[in-house]
Amino acid sequence: MAKPVFYDEMMAAPEVLRPHYQAYGQWLGTLPKERLARKKAEADLTFHRLGITFAVYGEEEGTERLIPFDLLPRIIPSDEWKMLQKGLEQRVKTLNLFLHDIYHGQEILKAGLIPPEQILRNAQYRPEMQGVDVPNQIYAHIAGVDMVRAGAGEFYVLEDNLRVPSGVSYMLENRKMMMRLFPELFAKHAVAPVQHYPDMLLDNLRQCAPQGVENPNVVVLTPGSFNSAYFEHAFLAQQMGVELVEGRDLFVRDDSVYMRTTQGPKRVDVIYRRLDDDFLDPLAFRQDSMLGVAGLLSVYRAGRVTLANAIGTGVADDKSIYPYVPEMIKFYLDETPILNNVPTHMCRKPEELAYVLDNLAELVVKETHGAGGYGMLVGPAATKAEIAEFRKHLIANPNKYIAQPTLALSTCPIFVDAGIAPRHIDLRPFVLSSGKDIRMVPGGLTRVALREGSLVVNSSQGGGTKDTWVLED
Amino acid sequence: MLSRTADHLFWLARYIERAENIARLLDITWQTSLAPQSAESASRNWQAALLCNDQLPTYLKTYSEVTAENVLAFMVFDASNPSSIYSCLKAARENAHTVRGTLTSEMWETINSTWLEMLNVSKRKLQDEEFSGFFEWVKTRSSLSRGVTFGTMLHDDAFCFIRLGTYLERADNTARLLDVKYYLIAEGEPIGIAADYYQWGALLRSVSAFEIYRRVYRDSVLPSKVAELLIINAELPRSLTTCMTEVESMLQKLANQHSQETQRLAGQLSAQLRYVKIDEILEEGLHPYLEKFQNRIYDLGMRISHDFLMPMRAA
Repeated sequence: MAKPVFYDEMMAAPEVLRPHYQAYGQWLGTLPKERLARKKAEADLTFHRLGITFAVYGEEEGTERLIPFDLLPRIIPSDEWKMLQKGLEQRVKTLNLFLHDIYHGQEILKAGLIPPEQILRNAQYRPEMQGVDVPNQIYAHIAGVDMVRAGAGEFYVLEDNLRVPSGVSYMLENRKMMMRLFPELFAKHAVAPVQHYPDMLLDNLRQCAPQGVENPNVVVLTPGSFNSAYFEHAFLAQQMGVELVEGRDLFVRDDSVYMRTTQGPKRVDVIYRRLDDDFLDPLAFRQDSMLGVAGLLSVYRAGRVTLANAIGTGVADDKSIYPYVPEMIKFYLDETPILNNVPTHMCRKPEELAYVLDNLAELVVKETHGAGGYGMLVGPAATKAEIAEFRKHLIANPNKYIAQPTLALSTCPIFVDAGIAPRHIDLRPFVLSSGKDIRMVPGGLTRVALREGSLVVNSSQGGGTKDTWVLED
Repeated sequence: MLSRTADHLFWLARYIERAENIARLLDITWQTSLAPQSAESASRNWQAALLCNDQLPTYLKTYSEVTAENVLAFMVFDASNPSSIYSCLKAARENAHTVRGTLTSEMWETINSTWLEMLNVSKRKLQDEEFSGFFEWVKTRSSLSRGVTFGTMLHDDAFCFIRLGTYLERADNTARLLDVKYYLIAEGEPIGIAADYYQWGALLRSVSAFEIYRRVYRDSVLPSKVAELLIINAELPRSLTTCMTEVESMLQKLANQHSQETQRLAGQLSAQLRYVKIDEILEEGLHPYLEKFQNRIYDLGMRISHDFLMPMRAA
């Protein structure tokens, strides 16, 4: 197999900087390595002191790890971002229309675009939501769309995260850190600001309050301080100036949700929940859930509290539904998709399964319900034994899998002990929908695979992050 | 505010205050132990430090002898002792972590870095000559926490729960300290004016009140005046009266529909302290008086918990 060609975000050719990296590259060239090492140490120390860490499951008590932060920014030129932004708006708008349709008239199924069993037998489809009207017909108030750039520089959407996408706090903290470490760079570059994200989020949540509520009480619902993303939950609640609640702080009475305060019960109108559907209400979903609120679903169905995101959004970001998104865009908006989908083989179709089995060594195979980089096979990086093992799973359960070509993910330089070296990256912009408009801050979270050659950027698998700059004209 | 959040803030403040008071007690015991004295009297001093926190029985489960080394290991570093400085700073940090969104960044950073430093210290252990510096450090970190609380936090309910925790804990700690030391000195063999002076002086220093005593009384150190200063003086920041005045005033600000009785009891205790004379207390006996006071503080703590912090089951 020929060595794949990677698109380098910074260099057009050896020694040739891309235009939008000119100023940065020249500055970096004059910087002694020791200064970078010093800045790196300063950043790590600060992140530790601030407690910007994530808890690692299954490790010794008190183990809190930093998500490795890289000092070199990922820079996106203005025109490129404009294209991405249009594409993201189009895609997220479509997905919300799709969710409303699925839980109401199911026009897309009637039109025969998607086989009904793909939806109705999907574990992420929630029959409880059928016919329920949600404010402004918005289901995915917050979407985190994962995008990558391949060999020729073209972008692809890898997945649409519509349940509880995380990482936005790292986007914000990374920017704060960069401004602290390298203030001079921000004087040289017109970097589009991102720090107003919590404001936009609060505004978005308030716009989706139940009808007739004047001054909605918004809360953030967290599984608790042992959750790996707890820092982010606390951070967002604090930045928005709203209460951070756990399930045990809430209760249902007289068809309303209340929180227990030192002054007695107080009504809750909008819940930004960072808890999966399954755990939300022990009466409706998992009975063993200690994290949810008994009776929440019935209040929600009655339209007396808003959940963001809505229950049942998983049916739209499932990997088995992903291949249909371009079709959806045409169906609902009558537009041509702006962002590419990765060509995807659905293993449930016999002819596609046969192709996948013949080409396992070149493909990436993913579980349709998987997330976080677990349960996947990266063909080119796998051993013969791993491939043989995976083949058995595939044949036994073809419905559970999709396969995609291994993309030559673009690389961006990072700072390592030996100096500067390229590593693979992706991009997760955060898209907010209120029904009136779709908004996002420029850029998003850039994740980077720290191991040389690795394509897996998930923090649970040892990935790191970078600050992401969108340059203004 | 959320009851659970209030609960974490209340205990966050109590644990920081407790860590500070343990550091004060150990510091002064340590310094006293450097003065020339018999082995028996040295042991009695360390034993008093344990008695002060009701910890002698727990201590004796692990250690057979009361020595400086053992008591310091137990009360500074022992993770299995919930009242060690280590455990208090850990609990403070855990409470803060759970409500970090309610704290200002400066507060969270102060508490978090205190805990990270404590972890470092506990890993490398301290040499004898380092203990004084370490106790000083605990006091400074506690002062710093208080400072950022006052200097950065909105003076709202969250702030009031923090102060409520601080003063309730301090009232309890000052009462215990006075009780044990008074008992130790009064019950001990007469050891002469000089030794008395050091003992009482140490007690005053442990609440940063030695110079204050001189300024207030312009007199030599007399037991009844020490008791008066620590119980009744309304200007001494660690006296029982000051603590109870604060507790009463915080409760007034936080009042809800269920808290009338709690406010009444706090007000009663505070008023009694403001109008009592030290002679009346000494006549009743200092030990019974302080014991009763500690019980009333404990009762107040339970009531505060019931009225504000844990209405969990009363949905």
